[in-house]
Amino acid sequence: MLEQFIFVGVLLVVALFFPVVLIGLAWLLRPKRPNPRKSEIYECGLQPHGENWVQFKAQYYIFALVFLVFDVEAVFLFPWALVYNWLPLYAVLEGVLFIALLAAALVYAWQKGALEWM
Amino acid sequence: MTVQQVLFLLFGAIAVGAAVGMVTARKVFHAALWMLLAFFGVAGLYVLLEAPFFAAAQLFVYMGAIGVLIIYAIMLTRGMMRQRLPRVNDQWWFAGLLAAVFLGVLAWLVWQHPWATTAAAVPGDSLNRLGLTLVDPEGFALPFEVASVLLVMALIGAVTIVRER
Amino acid sequence: MEPLSRFLAFLADAIVNIGEWIRGLLLGTGLAEPWVSLIMKAIGAVVVAFFPLMVVIFLIWAYRKVAARMQGRLGPNSSGTWAGPYGILHTFADAIKMLTKEDIRPQGIDLIPYNLAPILVVFAAIATWAVMPFGPKLIGTDLNIGIFYILAFSSAALVVFLMAGWSSNNKYATVGAFRAVAQLIGYEIPQLLAVLTVVMVTGSLRMQEIVDRQHIPLLFQLPVTAFIFFLASMAEVNARPFELLEAESELVCGYFIEYSGMKFGMFYLGEFMNSTAVAALFATLFLGGWRGPWVDQAPILGTVWFLLKMALMLLVWMTIQLTLPRLRIDQMLAFNWKFLVPLALANLCVIALVNKGIVEWFPGGVSAWTRAGILLMANVGIFLVTWGILTALERRERRHREAWQAAQVGEVEVSV
Repeated sequence: MLEQFIFVGVLLVVALFFPVVLIGLAWLLRPKRPNPRKSEIYECGLQPHGENWVQFKAQYYIFALVFLVFDVEAVFLFPWALVYNWLPLYAVLEGVLFIALLAAALVYAWQKGALEWM
Repeated sequence: MTVQQVLFLLFGAIAVGAAVGMVTARKVFHAALWMLLAFFGVAGLYVLLEAPFFAAAQLFVYMGAIGVLIIYAIMLTRGMMRQRLPRVNDQWWFAGLLAAVFLGVLAWLVWQHPWATTAAAVPGDSLNRLGLTLVDPEGFALPFEVASVLLVMALIGAVTIVRER
Repeated sequence: MEPLSRFLAFLADAIVNIGEWIRGLLLGTGLAEPWVSLIMKAIGAVVVAFFPLMVVIFLIWAYRKVAARMQGRLGPNSSGTWAGPYGILHTFADAIKMLTKEDIRPQGIDLIPYNLAPILVVFAAIATWAVMPFGPKLIGTDLNIGIFYILAFSSAALVVFLMAGWSSNNKYATVGAFRAVAQLIGYEIPQLLAVLTVVMVTGSLRMQEIVDRQHIPLLFQLPVTAFIFFLASMAEVNARPFELLEAESELVCGYFIEYSGMKFGMFYLGEFMNSTAVAALFATLFLGGWRGPWVDQAPILGTVWFLLKMALMLLVWMTIQLTLPRLRIDQMLAFNWKFLVPLALANLCVIALVNKGIVEWFPGGVSAWTRAGILLMANVGIFLVTWGILTALERRERRHREAWQAAQVGEVEVSV
């Protein structure tokens, strides 16, 4: 089984070199004329106002948490789905129960307003 | 030195090196990025252990979800992203001594324990067997469902905590 | 006639035969077997890494041409300066432009994440091509976790956007990065639930086996699943109507504002490569990959069918991208978490139960056509139920709105 991954390893090395070579090529070819006016942060043409910090809404964090829960659920479900064709009915129902519990959790989060944007 | 040993040393060096980088980084965001590199090293180690599903699950869950979550948690803390943290605090010599002793004891234990190794090859359909055991009532069916309940609890807890803000 | 028929036989499986010929050459120079194998894999890796690049070079030109036709504007060959017959050299002009632009370095950026992010975007985009089945024996490597490898890499690439956005020291970039990650993590759930349904029906994670089991393309057996996967993938590659990460009018290019020159080119390339990968993935999972008539006699036709199906999906992608407006972030997130995820979960449960039901009620086993028909009916059933729920919800909302409006009018009349 490990021989399969040798190709992946080689491809990853090639995939890493490819953008590096391109960016290196660009570094050779492009003009370099730094200028303090050019280096200003872009803010629609105005001077950057205030320090660079935005209020990080807690909403992003909730979405990331819900995503994490469903991600872990998916990792559990992949082996189940893989052997699905050889499973008896009660095993399929076990999987459906797993999904149903998480669907209930999603409905709970929805009703509590955790999935609203602001 | 077989190829496998070389790769093991390489991935181990990546994982340990990234961990050291994470602990000694000056900015918290850099520490988070070093942590993601450490996850990648561990995924490589899983591949060497002939558990490709877990390597992919490591990338999927740890680098994808938990990495993002930790960076978000860092960003929620106001001002944390701007500070340059000192690398060591005042008791660094004592902590270093303690860590070295701990490392020595662990290394000695691992070295002299008679690990049961087997020359049998990992079966090719290990993932199918995992799936079958996972839903087998004499297998892990109950922990499977309990894991689902655990995830539901985590979600409910998260929603409750963040809502009270 | 003899050399001609031999030539045709060679051509029938051309790419594999060329590979064997190269391997023969290498073995002839006396190298040991493991080294020959490694060199073959390296050559294969370079070919696989360059394939998306070739497709993207063609795709950028095709996109401009199709955009010109569909939106009624000038295309690449009418822009004034000559760029090859039909404007084919347009992509090269684009590439040369990006190579020679100055790399403006804004002040206060965090150097290492800033420079690493464009490299990692293209890295992740190329890495997913290792398991694409181009033909009956043409695949980078047929990993036994095939499709899960692709999902893992596209999930691991999420954090690159946070790196790019935060290290740019720009408020717009940071907000753009947050929204980008919120959109991408949201739409990954329906995508992987749809893939889970496909894995369930075909019983394997390996890409070649998924293609092998599709005697009838899964698009006709599981249309709702295909629809969910298609929408989720559109959102994953920032195609309109989910294009708010690159919204020029709102966020001024979001997380890659402060990138110029080739680094911006890397993001651009990565986005097109991801779109190609998603089109190829849809073709593999739902349209039957390299299956088609006459593939048994001439396996090279498998690659031709695969490319045609991929081109068809790219055409559909372009059509949708060029004709629909963008959604707002709250509409897009609501659409995902309140519609797509419950639909994908329900779809998975229903297909699981129906498929097992078939086995239980027909213990003798059914033919592939009957099973396909029953699954299709189950999908149509899901569609009708969803339609019914949505219509009922809309009617209830319309009644609420009319009642509210009537109350408003009533109040105004009373006060007058």
